[in-house]
Amino acid sequence: MALFEAQNLRKRFGARVVLENISLSIEDGTVHGIMGPNGAGKTTCFHVLTGHHAPDAGRITFAGRDITGKKPHQIARMGISRSFQIMNLFDDTVVIENVILALPEFRSSGLNPIRDVFGNTALIDRALAVLDQVGLAHRAWEKAAALPYGERRALEIAVALAPEPRIVFLDEPTSGLGTDATRALADLIRDLRNRYTICLIEHDMRFLFDLADRISVIHWGQVIDENTPANLRANKWVARSALGEVA
Amino acid sequence: MPMITLSDIPARGGSPFTPAMGVFLLALSTAPFWLPAVGLYQYLGIEVAIWLIFALGFNLLFGYIGLHSFGHGAYLGIGAYAFGLFQQEIAVSLWGGLLAAISAATIAGGIVAAFISHRRGIYYALMTIAFGQIFWFCAIKLHGVTGGEDGLLGIPRPDFVLGPIRFSLADNTSLYWFSAVLLALVAIGLWRLVNAPFGRVLQAIRQNETRARFVGYDVWRIKWLTFTLSAAFAGLAGGLFSMAQESAYPDVMSLHQSGLIVMMILVGGGLVSFWGPVLGVILYFVARDVIGGITETWLLWFGLMFVIMVMSRPEGIAGLIHVARTRLGHAPAGRSAPKPTEV
Repeated sequence: MALFEAQNLRKRFGARVVLENISLSIEDGTVHGIMGPNGAGKTTCFHVLTGHHAPDAGRITFAGRDITGKKPHQIARMGISRSFQIMNLFDDTVVIENVILALPEFRSSGLNPIRDVFGNTALIDRALAVLDQVGLAHRAWEKAAALPYGERRALEIAVALAPEPRIVFLDEPTSGLGTDATRALADLIRDLRNRYTICLIEHDMRFLFDLADRISVIHWGQVIDENTPANLRANKWVARSALGEVA
Repeated sequence: MPMITLSDIPARGGSPFTPAMGVFLLALSTAPFWLPAVGLYQYLGIEVAIWLIFALGFNLLFGYIGLHSFGHGAYLGIGAYAFGLFQQEIAVSLWGGLLAAISAATIAGGIVAAFISHRRGIYYALMTIAFGQIFWFCAIKLHGVTGGEDGLLGIPRPDFVLGPIRFSLADNTSLYWFSAVLLALVAIGLWRLVNAPFGRVLQAIRQNETRARFVGYDVWRIKWLTFTLSAAFAGLAGGLFSMAQESAYPDVMSLHQSGLIVMMILVGGGLVSFWGPVLGVILYFVARDVIGGITETWLLWFGLMFVIMVMSRPEGIAGLIHVARTRLGHAPAGRSAPKPTEV
């Protein structure tokens, strides 16, 4: 049974139809890729799947529960996490606080006026462990805004991992990264795939085809194919329109 | 030097009895003795205490969560009217009046917050002004309830009664002591709140509402709660204002009052420090009384000071102090997060 499923999703903004009958199925413990040309509706699809936009029609289920139309904070608390194409961090705070704010144990004490902010050493250890997963433990006490671009991307992923999600949605994680940083990120995702179900949008086809177990190809707001990377390479239309040299 | 924010001035855990709190409580507990000695008067102490309660509560909204309300004078006024109406229509009771003041402002704030909490930025600010103006208009037009433009006059100052303890608050010195105790409780309570996880969540929402939502915070509810809380503190300040003035009138809730509290917060440095509003309120009243004793155009000079401050050091006086202490190597001993060696 699929961990995460979307059936016949539709989304329009005014007269413009952005998603038309999108269906996806993501198996537990897999890396699922979403690809497609610019303007195909990939990011809108992510926004709908993670509650940023409510769909006009269709159904989304997670672990057998209907989450259609639920708010982002409700979806996040169920174990669905995401990163953003455009960096979304708590820039004025230190790196470790970005992670602490996302930890479920901190969140549950968020309205407690008595507790000390950083009095709980278990919280600090837990946040450091999350940062260690993305190779940022040594930067824990620096201001998030001061990190170089690649490390800010890694922090985005750390913040997405901190709530202990079952599934992580990563929106163009290699965006703006150089070759070395992209390679490091691929290693990181390879490491994470053993612990999380991952769904990622990516423009870097080599990166995506190396990592994904299955890929959905979105064009004109529709899923035009969903298959394994090997089978997708055989699809001439996909190869010609999106894969270029990779195919 | 780059702009600093509240998050740059570290959170402190543990006891609220820090050196800054010690200085504050010392000043508060000795004011009646030194105010006349420096050429000032007891009533000024009451005014400052009332505005400090208003300002500290307001800064939860303005500085910590970064929601810019320009209509908060309305809740000060609602508190003042509610206190007055309780004394005149129901019973002469200190606690009943203050409870009515806080409740009325909380309910009004809660209703307004429900309408505006899905907004941020300019739309949020404009809606706070619009609601503030509605309340002000009601205060003027509902003659039968509010006394219209004249307001409620002759509001009694009820006695302080707590079990067997009873004393009059008719003179300004005793009213000052009562206001000062309330202010101390408010300051300690709010200090604890903003240095608890709740305060950090407010700052997280100020920095990035979207990210806060996607890590599981019900941002709408927290924005609603913060606005309502700040309205409750404004209501308490309004109740005390009504006692101090022995009247409540539409001017209390005017746009002018709403602008004044914003100016105090910005000049003092509420955007960067818990103590910013305290500095701003004190500076305003000192400017009013000291510069006002020299020239009638004191507000012009205070306004100029505000303009210069915003242009040169938008973080206000608290920001200046922080920068100076950092340069001198005396940054505050608190922590934004403990380093591994500290935990």
